[in-house]
Amino acid sequence: MSDAVRTALRGLGQTLMTLGVIVLLFCVYELKVTGLVTAREQDRLGDDLRASWADPAPRPTGADPVPVSSDIGEGIAVLHVPALADYDPWVVVEGTSVADLKAGPGHIPGTALPGEVGNVVLSGHRTTYGAPFERFGDLQPGGLVVLETRDRWLTYTITGSQIVAPTAIEVTYPVPGEQGAVPTERLLTLTTCHPKYSARQRLIVSATLTEDRDKADGPPAELEL
Amino acid sequence: MYSWIWRTLPGGLPGKLLGSLVLVVLAVLLLFTVAFPALEPLLPFSDVTVDQAPTSG
Repeated sequence: MSDAVRTALRGLGQTLMTLGVIVLLFCVYELKVTGLVTAREQDRLGDDLRASWADPAPRPTGADPVPVSSDIGEGIAVLHVPALADYDPWVVVEGTSVADLKAGPGHIPGTALPGEVGNVVLSGHRTTYGAPFERFGDLQPGGLVVLETRDRWLTYTITGSQIVAPTAIEVTYPVPGEQGAVPTERLLTLTTCHPKYSARQRLIVSATLTEDRDKADGPPAELEL
Repeated sequence: MYSWIWRTLPGGLPGKLLGSLVLVVLAVLLLFTVAFPALEPLLPFSDVTVDQAPTSG
């Protein structure tokens, strides 16, 4: 074999091995390093949220207090999932832009706020950026999802899940599937990618409000804090 | 390329090992902080919302 061929082959081999290592590093980055970014953001959001909750601002009064909305990128609630064992709570941010979702699960602006009549829609990553919705494929009807706001413990009971196309925007309507309908129920919809590591479809988990407790009455019994 | 780098690094065996380590760390840092964040939006791993236009998020 001539030296030129030998050199060319060695160069090709080194290039291919280098590319392979870069692809592996990209997997490490997506699955592990992005989670570190999210963990730091969650710490910051949690501190900010607790500070704002402790702020003695006037609380909404009456039988049906309207939740306070937040600016994009700020925490609005804490998501607990008693239906999944050892599920660490997540601070939900307002907004579902790429940047918002790096910080944690996001609330689609314009959909109902936690506890309101209508459809609260939350989206979250399933494999990257801490993967808050990683195990949501395991959620079964009857399981509980709890949203903690400043003043309320809102317990939603899962009614079902479905796999839809990425364009199925009707699941986010106040009355899912019925454009323009006036909502009467308090619903929660959770969206994430499906199947895992893909963006071909979306996993949609639907739930309906079954308990609304005042913060002063303590957390729901099903929630192990 | 790698053999050229190895030959070029100064300081005998200890210096070459240390130099290699520094270069590897620099390369990984550059990938993690610049290249991968730029590449990520072009890939579909992060699409979690429903939307009429397929956007990242």
